[in-house]
Amino acid sequence: MSGDQAMRDHAATLPVPQFDQPAFSIPVALAKAKVAIVTSAALYSRSADEEFGNADVSYRTIDRATRDLVLGHWSPNFDRSGFALDINVVYPIDRLEEMAAEAVIGSVAPRHYSFAGNQPDDVSTLRLDSGPQAAAEMKVDGVDVVLLTPV
Amino acid sequence: MSTLAHVFEEAGLATVVLASMRDVAERMAPPRALFGDFPLGRPLGHPLDIDFQRGVLDQAFATLTATSGPVLVDHPVVIVADEQPLACVLPARFDPDVAPAVDEARGLRKAYNRSFEKRGTSVGRSFDADGVPDALAAFVAIAKGADWTEAGIPGKNSIAAAHDIRSYYEEAALELVEGSPPGGRQAEAWYFERTEAGKTMLAARKAMSDQGAPFPFWFYMAPGHR
Repeated sequence: MSGDQAMRDHAATLPVPQFDQPAFSIPVALAKAKVAIVTSAALYSRSADEEFGNADVSYRTIDRATRDLVLGHWSPNFDRSGFALDINVVYPIDRLEEMAAEAVIGSVAPRHYSFAGNQPDDVSTLRLDSGPQAAAEMKVDGVDVVLLTPV
Repeated sequence: MSTLAHVFEEAGLATVVLASMRDVAERMAPPRALFGDFPLGRPLGHPLDIDFQRGVLDQAFATLTATSGPVLVDHPVVIVADEQPLACVLPARFDPDVAPAVDEARGLRKAYNRSFEKRGTSVGRSFDADGVPDALAAFVAIAKGADWTEAGIPGKNSIAAAHDIRSYYEEAALELVEGSPPGGRQAEAWYFERTEAGKTMLAARKAMSDQGAPFPFWFYMAPGHR
C-alpha cells in the first residue's frame, strides 16, 4: 500500500469533532474580497525563530511579505520536498498576489496564520481559544475570505 | 483545517478548505471544500507549476458562490504520489574508519550547502548540518545494539533528530537530480531505501522498539507505513 493511502485509510478510522448547526457565512464578491491563508503546516519564519513544539496548540502570524518559511509540522508522514522547492505548493501566497494584481480577488491580507496540524484529539484549544483569537485578528484586518491549506 | 473552518465561519469569515483527506472532509463537513487527490504535503498539487496551482485556487474560490453548504467539490485531476526512489547519485565510500552512514552524510555536505543557499533549510529542529554525522553515529550504535537511552542522541529527542537527518538528505538530493520536480514520495523512497542513513534510521527505530522505548519516540522516526 502506498504511504499516502495508508495515511488516508488511518485518518478514516479516527473520530472527528462534531459541529452542530454550523455557520455558513456569505462573502462579498471575490473581486472585492480580502483573502488570508491559514495553514496547518506549522509554518514559521526562519528569521523570527518561532519554531513549533510537538503538539503545539498555538499559532504563528506570517506577514504578507515573508518568504523565509520553515515547514515545522512534526509528522514524518507527508512529502516535504515539494515545499522545499516551492512554498506555494503549501502556502500559495505568490498565487494570491498574482490574483490580486489581476483583480481576480480584491486584495491580499496583511497577515496570514499558521497552526500545527497535529493537535490534541478534542481540539478544544483550537475551538475555544486560538481559533477564535486568529479569527478576531483577521476581522481587525478586514479579511473576508480564508483559504485553509493542510499538508 | 475543517475545525478552523467552522470556527472562522462562526466569526463571520467565509472559508474554503483545500481538503487532502476526503473522508475527513465528508465527516467534518466544512462549509466549502475542494478535495484534491494529490500527494500529502502538496495541497496545491505540483510544486513550481503556476498554472496548475492557479487552477486549484480558481476551483476552490468558485465554491464561494454557493449560498448554502456544505459544499464538497472534487478536483478533476488525480496526482498519485510516485514512490519510485529518486535516481540520485550517492557519494563514494571515502573514510573506512567511520560507519558508512556517517561517511555518506559527510559526502553530501556540498550538495546540502548548495540547496541551503537556494532555498534555506528545514534542518535545525535539534541540530544544524554540522550535527548530522554525529547524530547518525549515535543511531548506528543503537542499530548495533547500544542502549538507546545512553547512545547520545543529540538535541531534543529521537523524532527531532530523525527529522533533521532526513531533511538534510532530502534537501541535498534536490541538488543531485535533474529534470522535473520529484514526485510526492520519491525523495522519501530514496532516503529510506537507497541511503545508508535511511537504512540506519529504520534499523535504529526497530532496535528502539525492541528495547521497549516509548511508542512515539521510535514510531515517528519514519513514516508509519515503513
